[in-house]
Amino acid sequence: MDEFKGKTLSWRIEGGAVELALDRPPANEIGLAMLEDLERFVSSLPALESKASALILYSKQKAGFSAGADLRELYEQAQKMDAPSAAKGVRAFLERIHAALNRLDASPLTTIAAVHGVCFGGGFELALVCDLIVADKMARFCFPELRLGLIPGFGGIPRLKRDAGNAVVRDLLLTGRSINATKALSAGLVSQVAAEGEALRLSRATAAQAAKFDRATAAAAKRFIKPLPAEELRREIDIFCELFTRPAVMEGLRKFVENAGPHPYLP
Amino acid sequence: MKTIEQTTDEILNLAATHFKYPRADLQPGDDFYKKLGIDSLQALELLTRLENHFGVELPDYEVQGVSDFHTLATRIQARL
Repeated sequence: MDEFKGKTLSWRIEGGAVELALDRPPANEIGLAMLEDLERFVSSLPALESKASALILYSKQKAGFSAGADLRELYEQAQKMDAPSAAKGVRAFLERIHAALNRLDASPLTTIAAVHGVCFGGGFELALVCDLIVADKMARFCFPELRLGLIPGFGGIPRLKRDAGNAVVRDLLLTGRSINATKALSAGLVSQVAAEGEALRLSRATAAQAAKFDRATAAAAKRFIKPLPAEELRREIDIFCELFTRPAVMEGLRKFVENAGPHPYLP
Repeated sequence: MKTIEQTTDEILNLAATHFKYPRADLQPGDDFYKKLGIDSLQALELLTRLENHFGVELPDYEVQGVSDFHTLATRIQARL
């Protein structure tokens, strides 16, 4: 399928690049619906890869690239079952999202995340799958999972470690603070900082540049410089699942879900 | 070195522009959540705009519990 519009995202081929647009209000929270659409996209990738040289991920939501996992859905699902069943359900979800993100990570296309606004948790993990991140100067990156008694579960830690030094990895994970695009650039997480509203345009220009090179060479270079940290990705799922069933996690999720005040995205 | 008054004034100007709120109606002691009617995502936008404007890093845990412009100015002032 060269073009598709699902419940939470759409894609099309534009100027030699596949453009995948996240579009689930309010902030592209990643739950079952988006996972299913991502899986549909991944199953279409082999055909798309034969017709394009780059893949651009971006968001049509004003709030940003993605606020991360759908915590409301996660909490509501977990409340419907006993702890062992909830843990089993979470593991199944993580296995599926890891399979989809690992396939994106290893795509022979040059992949670019055009990021604006919030890029938190699972959204940040999705961006880190890409070869390059082009960030709007108003973008903000964060791994808030420790606030909930969890670690990132969509492959964020191994991919962050692959891309950045210990100082920024530990700072982001252990403080849960958010950083802006300039800081992310200096930390080596972002390749280019764009003026407000310009991240997608710069990403398209970057994709056009990548298209000038022989695809087989570009794919070989990518395999060489960006290996999948497979063992750590597996371990991350195990640790997440070990932590998930603790009462403190359910309490943290409950507080987030029931927070009607203005502060749920602040520590 | 900016004075705290200058820093506060620049914050008020930025907030008024970003949220399209009449500058004359904003005061240093105002609760920006209530006055501007903003949520946490919009507060993060303001934080990012302030960081970009002043060229500082402002970890969000340093502004935890801060809701008025003057206190926000003191946090920024400490990093200028």
